[in-house]
Amino acid sequence: MSVQKKLINDPLKVADELVEGLIEAYNGEVRMVGTRSVVKNSIPDGKVALLVGGGSGHEPIYHGLVGRNLADGAACGDIFAAPPPNIVFEATEAVNKGNGVLYLYGNYAGDVMNFDIGAEMAEDEDIDVRTVLIADDVCSAPPTEKDKRRGIAGLVPIVKIVGAASQKAPNLDELEKVAKKAVLETRSVGVSMSPGSIPATGKPTFEIEADKIGLGMGIHGEPGVGEIPMSTADELTPQMLDMIIEDFEKDDDVEALKEGDDIVLIVNSLGATTMMELLICLRKAKDYFNSRGINIHDVVVGPLVTCQEMTGISFSVTRVDDVLKKFWNMPCQSLCYTKMTGRYGDLS
Amino acid sequence: MPKESLNSAEVRDMMLAVADKIIEAEPILSEADRQLGDGDHGIGMERGMNAVKEKLTSEEPDDIGKVFMNTGMAMMSSMGGASGAIFGTVFRAGGKAIKGCEAFTAAEAATFFQAACEGVKERGGAKPGDKTMVDSLQPAAEKAAEVTDQPLPAAMAAIADAAEAGKEASKDMIATMGRAKTLGEKSVGKADAGACSVAIIVATMRDFVA
Repeated sequence: MSVQKKLINDPLKVADELVEGLIEAYNGEVRMVGTRSVVKNSIPDGKVALLVGGGSGHEPIYHGLVGRNLADGAACGDIFAAPPPNIVFEATEAVNKGNGVLYLYGNYAGDVMNFDIGAEMAEDEDIDVRTVLIADDVCSAPPTEKDKRRGIAGLVPIVKIVGAASQKAPNLDELEKVAKKAVLETRSVGVSMSPGSIPATGKPTFEIEADKIGLGMGIHGEPGVGEIPMSTADELTPQMLDMIIEDFEKDDDVEALKEGDDIVLIVNSLGATTMMELLICLRKAKDYFNSRGINIHDVVVGPLVTCQEMTGISFSVTRVDDVLKKFWNMPCQSLCYTKMTGRYGDLS
Repeated sequence: MPKESLNSAEVRDMMLAVADKIIEAEPILSEADRQLGDGDHGIGMERGMNAVKEKLTSEEPDDIGKVFMNTGMAMMSSMGGASGAIFGTVFRAGGKAIKGCEAFTAAEAATFFQAACEGVKERGGAKPGDKTMVDSLQPAAEKAAEVTDQPLPAAMAAIADAAEAGKEASKDMIATMGRAKTLGEKSVGKADAGACSVAIIVATMRDFVA
């Protein structure tokens, strides 16, 4: 397989250099802190802080979710690697405004260990830290073992909702409650058709036959739970959405997705899959939910959670009740996702 | 010339040799990880060991335990990822347990490996049989406890054999932790990349004292 052409410099400095560029893209809204953390410039005193983070290479997340009504900071790891504890601690100190810090990140062993050590360092400095793990990938474990699930593109609606909630949250307990609810109501399914490559080695993260689709593929290119034959948008879309619906049904911790429910739908590209394809899949997804009487309250389409030039798509569904809807409807602004007020961007 | 015991400067030189060996093994470790994970283990270890070399050559090695702890801290803060936390813990926990000791002999090696193994299991939650680096580190630690009365070269040779055998045994295991767990039975037949790193580290320590 030929090596992907990438416009980079020193392969070992990719993460540092991309974060430098990211800071510039924010036009003065954020700054670099410590080794490699992105932190908002204006965090009000007493605000319950929201810290996200994870490995780099999945842009525009996680560092692109720092912004207005979103996260206060991000601890950025190297390419596909969790941020080390010292970076987590530096970010924690910078976002802390005296009312505690909520860590919200994807459920990966490396992230959990490093954020936990970072939290221990923060607690030594009397900073109150709480952690909620994002675990939305229904293909990575059954509903009875949700604590083993990976975090994938569902992190975007989750961080959006929790970021909005954090603006008014009276304390860490209340924000943690919203975050847990958003995680519980968010489910995703992803597929991949071809791998991305690691910038430092140029090597693909996995192999797959040309006529196969990897079902349940992770965003680091972790092999999926099974391979299915290459398909069409109209065949694949309901197949994937069925898995989300079934998961809500099978899970005793939530109600089934039913007629009259409102959802936020994320149609995500893993990197190389085009907007054209996402839109064709969205067209089918609309029919799918319409025929079940499930109301698509809002849609986000695009490359949000990526793995380099991986081809693939994921659907994420967040069921929003009145409380979550209120937070979803608040405007927000960041590199990853910007939302005007209300569904149509009504500025009134 | 076989070394019966090491002083702090020799322990530092041993860790510098370990660093060079891991850096050299980057393609092998990355390939091992590509079979089961995302293929970046070798890169991470290389980055960590470059940081170790910088740290260990920048200050006088006054304490054996501290040499190991500095090794762990340099790895942890430069690597990130699961590997950074785990391998950082190996040297931090192991070094802490022998802090202040005057000489590194088979007895200190036993204390080091046992504390390292306990520290890793506590941090990462892996048990023997999960197809992780614990499957190389635990047999090494157990062997180390049995050979405390032997000269250091013989003890390290036995410990390295146990680490290597543990790495080989990991091939037959089904991954239940980390990113490889989604592979299930497809993970059988390949050694865990972290276990490969442990085997290389211990073998280099053996060669240094031989």
